[in-house]
Formats: sequence, structure tokens, C-alpha cells
Amino acid sequence: MSVEAERRSAVEIRAMSKVFNAGRPNAIQALVGIDLAIELGEFVTLIGPSGCGKSTQLRLIANLLEPTNGEVFVNGKPARRARLDQDYGMAFQQAGLFEWRSVAKNIELPLELKGWDKPKRRTRALEMLELVKLPEFADHYPWQLSGGMQQRVAIARALAVSPPLLLMDEPFGALDEMTREHMQGELLRICHETATTVVFVTHSIPEAVYLSTRVVVMSPRPGRITQVIDVDLGARRDVETREANAFFAKVTEVREALRGVGGRGPDDVADLGPGIEDR
Amino acid sequence: MFALALLLVAVVWELYKWLGPEDGGTVFGLNIIPRADDRAMPHVWQMFARFAQPERRGSDHPVFLAVVAGAWFSLRLALTGFVLGTLVGLALAILMARFRVVERGLLPYLVVSQTVPLIALAPLVVSWGGKLQLGGFEWPRWLSASVMGAFLAFFPVAVGTLKGLTTTPPASLELMDSYAASWRQTLFKVRFPAAVPYLIPAMKLAATSSVVGVVVAELSTGLSGGIGRLIIEYARQATGDPPKVFTAVIGAAVLGMLMAGLVALLDRRLMRNRPREAVE
Repeated sequence: MSVEAERRSAVEIRAMSKVFNAGRPNAIQALVGIDLAIELGEFVTLIGPSGCGKSTQLRLIANLLEPTNGEVFVNGKPARRARLDQDYGMAFQQAGLFEWRSVAKNIELPLELKGWDKPKRRTRALEMLELVKLPEFADHYPWQLSGGMQQRVAIARALAVSPPLLLMDEPFGALDEMTREHMQGELLRICHETATTVVFVTHSIPEAVYLSTRVVVMSPRPGRITQVIDVDLGARRDVETREANAFFAKVTEVREALRGVGGRGPDDVADLGPGIEDR
Repeated sequence: MFALALLLVAVVWELYKWLGPEDGGTVFGLNIIPRADDRAMPHVWQMFARFAQPERRGSDHPVFLAVVAGAWFSLRLALTGFVLGTLVGLALAILMARFRVVERGLLPYLVVSQTVPLIALAPLVVSWGGKLQLGGFEWPRWLSASVMGAFLAFFPVAVGTLKGLTTTPPASLELMDSYAASWRQTLFKVRFPAAVPYLIPAMKLAATSSVVGVVVAELSTGLSGGIGRLIIEYARQATGDPPKVFTAVIGAAVLGMLMAGLVALLDRRLMRNRPREAVE
């Protein structure tokens, strides 16, 4: 593939596999033979039962883990380079805000690490709070915010350096259903406004269908991609999208694809990311 | 609340003095029940009255002033020891958190160091200090007492901080990794602030330990001017003047509380924006 073609992809995974504890008796084949290309502007969801390696795959894209075999390119560069250049932002299930920093200071953290000066950081943090609709909470502390609000701040922090790519690991997994649906709508709006490509890990089928342009269905033992489903529900999605027949049809399609891969077995193991709770 | 607790101690003291046996008592042949006579247990009010009376017969220098002067002297030594010990403790903790090898190699020795009897160590430190030649720097005698304070203070700080630095939530570290942050950036922006709730109780312990270290060093090296020296001096006069030694003991206790109070202030400053649950 030419360099020109690589540039067009936000993420490019080639023949990637991952073995934890390689060469030891407790070696685990977490992922095998992963090939995936994600174009700019896409919203791709990784879905699958526990142990299918979806969180691991996200961490490989983020270069928080190194693949055992194969290659990962982000933004046309090797994943490691992309991480060093902060070509992506990341959000986790736990908002992971630092309790000793105010909301604005939390958003400023990645900017601080990049060496931005103070007034510039503050301005940027306030812009980001505007974007996630929490402008009046700049000087609050995380523990004064609800779970949904904390997650917005985490998204603002992930997008503070204006990365072209946003990686999200079940960011709404800990929220109640209503907050969750609201946050999904907000996330789509934010991604449209900032033209951000998203790779999103979830357990929820409706969430995957509502958000995505493509749903990547994965299966466990060893983790691999079994099916990629295009979701052509249009770019603008709102409350009515959730009630459309096309939506239900897609939900059913994803559900059937998942049923094919199983994963309700008795030896269903937790996902393989280190230190990652996967429910 | 605090005043009430003090009052309670005074009440219990007086109650025992009232009910307890004058000549003490034995349990299974062991002489462990304290005597409650006036020589062993002066009345609380006698102790406080003693503060206002002259230190020596015929002098117009009240005990109060002597105790305050002694406490002030020891306070400065203890503070020096506390700061020294805290800095050493922090440095060791950071080193151990950075390099697992250092932790495995060093930690056992740190634990052993705390089993060395202070009384045996203090004269050694004085003689080492006396032989030390650092350019024009001459080792003052009081510095040995501070070093003994530091010797007791560094340990809780090192262990507490190490625990705090190594229990940072993995998700926080992962986040810093995703920012390609250096170890040093992660240390100062995440690990260290996250360790503060562990650091504060450790420093409280260190603050009071440094007082103990200084007092013991005063006793065993014969350093004069501090509260420890006063305790010895007044204890010698206990037969004729029982309440006097208690004025110095109370002075030492107040000293410890002052040091702990200092850390409490620091605690309030460092934790002012944090949720209540996170405090201890």
C-alpha cells in the first residue's frame, strides 16, 4: 500500500496479533489475525462478548500495548509515533479525572504536558467546556459533578489537543440508561463539530448501532473479527433514529452476528487488557 | 472536643489518685499497680500551680519560663529533624518507587534501622558528627539531636509515601501513557498528588517521632537547653518537689501536639479541594 493511501486512513491494522505472557505457561492468545482500516470521519464500534479482546485492540491502537505480530498505523504513522505526537485522545469507562485538579485544570493536563503556556491553556479549556456544555463548571472539582458530567469533562480533556482520533473504552458503561442516551447524542454532536474519527468499545448493541458508521463484531478465544456491519442510518441521528425500523433492523443484525460468536460459555473470561474491568 | 479529652485525662488521673492504693499493689507477685501517693501522682492542680512558682528557691524565675524556653529549644531541633527526615523519606520513597531493585534491596534495611535502640545510637552520631569535616562547616552539637529526630521521622514518611506512589490507579497511569508523559511528569502530576492522602498520616507520625528522637538524644548525649534535659533535671528533684517534673513532661507533650498540629495545618492546605471521603 502506498504512503498516500496510508495517509487517508485514521487507523490501519495489518495482520496484528497479541499474546500476553508470550513464551510462558500462562500465555494467552488475546487477538489473532486482525486486519482493519478505519477511514477519516468514521465512527467505528468494537463489540463482542467478554474476552474477545476489544479493549486490548483499542490499547494496541493507542500504543499502550505493543502487538506481538503485525503492524498498527494511526494517522498514517506507526502507532508509537502517533502516541508521542498525541494524535489521539482517549476516554475510559471511569472518567478518571484527578480529584485534586479543578475541572478546567483537568482539561488543561494534556496541554500542560505539551508545554502550552497558562493563558492559552485556560482559554482552550474554557472552549472545550463550551463544547461539552459545561461552561459554568470550570472551577468546580470533579467530585462536585455527576457521573455524566464527569464523563463530558473526560471527553473535553481527550479532545483538548484537537486530535484527529478519539479512542473510547466503554465511556458510558457506568452511566444510567437516560444519561447514557443523552451522552450518545452529545458525543455524535461533538464529533461532528470537531470532525473527529472515533473508535469506540462497547457491550451495548443499541449503543453501537446508534453511534456507528460501522460495527466490528468480535469473538473470543482467540479474539478475532468475525464480521463488519455497515450502519447506514445517515449522518444526522436523533431521538427518532432510535425508533426507526431501520434502527431495529440493524440492532437485530448485530445481535444475530453476536449470537453466532457465542460468549455466554461457563469459561467466559474477563477482557484481557491489563487492569481493565470489563463487565 | 480536644479540650474535653484533656479534661477527661485529668479526671481519670484524679479518680485513680482518689481510689487507687497509696502504696501501689502487686498482681501475681509483680509490682505493677501504680502508687497513688502524692509523690508518685501529684494532683493535677499542683502541677499547674507549680508552673507559676519559682524554678529554684529564692529565684524569681518561674518554672513556666524555663519550660517554655526548653520547649522552644527542642521545638527548633525537632522541626529541623522533621524537615530533614521528611525530605530523606520522600527521596527514598521516590527512589524505591522508581526502581524496584532499590525497593527490594533497601526496604529491609530501613525496617532494621528502626530496631536499633536510639539511646545506643545517639552518642555514636555525636562522635561521628564531631569528626566530620566538610570544608569550613563545623558540626554543632544540637545537629546530632536533630539527626536523631530525622532518624525516627524518615521511616514513616518513606514507607507511607512509597505505598502512596505505588498504588496510583492503573487507569491514571494509562492515561498519562496515552499522553506520552515522562516518568517525571507522571510523578509530579499524578503519582505524587495521588499519594498525599498516604503522606499526611505518615507525616503526623514523623512529626511526633521527631520530638521523641530529639528528647531521647538530649537525654543520652547530655545536650543541655532542651525539654529533655529539663525532664532529667527535674526528675532528680522529684523526691522533694514531685509536681516539678510533671511541668516538663507536660511541656514535652505540648511540643508533640504542636508538631502534630503543624501537619494538620498542612493537611488542610493540601486537601482543601478534595472530597471528604479521600481524607484518611
